[in-house]
Amino acid sequence: MRWLLLKDLQILRRSPLQAFLLVAYPVLIAVLVGFAISRSPEKPRVAFLNEIPTDARVSVGTQQLPKLGIDKRICGRVECVRVKSRGEALDEVRSGDAVAALILPADLVDRLNSLSTPNPRTPEVEAIVNEDDPLKARLVNDRLTALLTEANLTIARRISHEGGRFVGLVVHGGQLRVLGQAIPFLGLGNTARILRALRASLPPGPRRDSLDQVLRFTALTRGNLGTAATLLTRLSQPIVADKQVVSASSPPLEVFAIAVAATFTLAFVAILLVAGSLALEREENAFARLTRGLVSPTGLLTEKVALGVVAGLTVTILMLAGLSPFVPLHWSRIGLWLAAILAGAISLGAAGAALGAAAREVRAVSLLAFMVTLPLAFLALVPSGTVGAGLYDAIKVISALFPFKAALQAITAALDSSGPSMVGPLVHLVALAVAYGLLARLALRRFTAV
Amino acid sequence: MRGVDLAAEAGELVAVIGPNGAGKTTLLSILAGISKADAGNVEVPGKVGWVPQQAALYRRLTVEENLLLFARLEKHPDPRGSVDEMLELTGLEERRAEVVARLSGGNQQRINIAIGLLARPAALLLDEPSVGLDPRQRARLWEFIGGLAGDHGTTVIFSTHDIQEAERYGGRMLVLADGEALFDGSAGELREAVRSEAPEAADRDFETAFVSFLHHRGH
Repeated sequence: MRWLLLKDLQILRRSPLQAFLLVAYPVLIAVLVGFAISRSPEKPRVAFLNEIPTDARVSVGTQQLPKLGIDKRICGRVECVRVKSRGEALDEVRSGDAVAALILPADLVDRLNSLSTPNPRTPEVEAIVNEDDPLKARLVNDRLTALLTEANLTIARRISHEGGRFVGLVVHGGQLRVLGQAIPFLGLGNTARILRALRASLPPGPRRDSLDQVLRFTALTRGNLGTAATLLTRLSQPIVADKQVVSASSPPLEVFAIAVAATFTLAFVAILLVAGSLALEREENAFARLTRGLVSPTGLLTEKVALGVVAGLTVTILMLAGLSPFVPLHWSRIGLWLAAILAGAISLGAAGAALGAAAREVRAVSLLAFMVTLPLAFLALVPSGTVGAGLYDAIKVISALFPFKAALQAITAALDSSGPSMVGPLVHLVALAVAYGLLARLALRRFTAV
Repeated sequence: MRGVDLAAEAGELVAVIGPNGAGKTTLLSILAGISKADAGNVEVPGKVGWVPQQAALYRRLTVEENLLLFARLEKHPDPRGSVDEMLELTGLEERRAEVVARLSGGNQQRINIAIGLLARPAALLLDEPSVGLDPRQRARLWEFIGGLAGDHGTTVIFSTHDIQEAERYGGRMLVLADGEALFDGSAGELREAVRSEAPEAADRDFETAFVSFLHHRGH
């Protein structure tokens, strides 16, 4: 087998362009996919123009709320590109440098303050979006909706907090600060205490009965307003979520991105090389000669998978080494990496052997390998909940029949020190390797036609 | 295949001839062990060398690398020595470092045959070895094959649909048609059979007479 392996490596060496493309193309695709996944949904670039005067404050009654800190809040959620004019914001969106522009007009706070006046005006912010593709449009819409919901929630919280404070003053009394001056506020509690003292000095009769009515009203109002104060503070966020993770904790996004990049590289190198190299044996008419007692068909398949493992392992480890200056990788876990990559390479190589045996010609094999690998790899990346339940079940079944997802899970687990166990994905990969090996052995019967 | 009974001596050159679809390649692939016969058996006192119709070579490897690979797979005790021997036999010593894809069709066929000979076969099976070669290359190839049979005692069984080539180089001729053996004998005996069974074509060229012979036999 080693002589056949040496021969295949010699052939690869004789085709430097092919070898370069075989390595460079998947690595390039892998790195781009990896970083695209890790970057785009996290913090989209948004052109941001805040025209609100710095001293503008939202008022509740006679009270001015503290600064809302809108800039900080928005720019914490998206990558803000500060612009100086509406035109500049438009240019950013049109050129695609920003997915959207958000403009807070100068009269936003005035309009907010008008809500408590007889002539309310609806507060509006301006959003400019570039919907040149539906996915981006959906992402931007979701993000803008979330930002507006959060902004509305922030204002509602502030207002309900101030409202609660006022109710507290009405119930318990205290000092209300208006224009820097403290105004004493008696409150219902103190009012009731004064009235009870006054009542003791009154003889029974109609005046005392009237005072008793006022005292009952005070007690009733105090009790109800006490409840209302609690309700007001809860009004801004009546429902809170109690999040419980039922499946394994997800890995950090950058680790997942690296795992995706590594699995893409491994899949393309192993599948293309094994499938192409096996088809080449037939195209060069060597298969019949080799299997006439020199090497068994199973031995030849094993050699091809070994070729995929050697090349896939080398390229994937080199890619991880190349990425390690930019992202934190735990090299102390290299034993686990090797186990995951090895199992993935064997399984993907066996799938490549089945494709190579089925297609038989190098060009057809290359096309078939791309047509099969690329969509199946992308299907494996579809998260649950993003498509309908029936469709996701179908995707799960298809993904489970191809080694990409299991290899991705194994490599993610190997890279993520706090991740789930590798055992399940490794067993899955071994089972797939056996199944694809058998399929390849069956398909190889077609090679014997002379 | 039906009723094929063939025994060949050491150093004998047997031409298997017949029209397209006669079963020539099938017979050779059964003899080579590539295809299995439904019934019957093949006995060879030693190894069988197989040379497929299209050169079974790795075109991106050199002549030497191709030979060395198969010598190693054949588990020769001295693979490099065997390669030198084959290069000398084929007269391609000076081209040992050349990539096979750059060789002429004739030279590629020589390497193809040399690989078949690496098994040190008692019998060498050649499936249409001269297809695609020009007359000069053909002549050199047949000179080489004749030397294998005459000088080395290798039994050579080759298929061809070129009746003149078979008559010229095959000491013995096996005629197949529709999987059936119609004739087994020398070129002279075949001429005699053709003359007696298709006398109307006896004065025409041998190829035309042979076609008439097949027609008389119902093929």
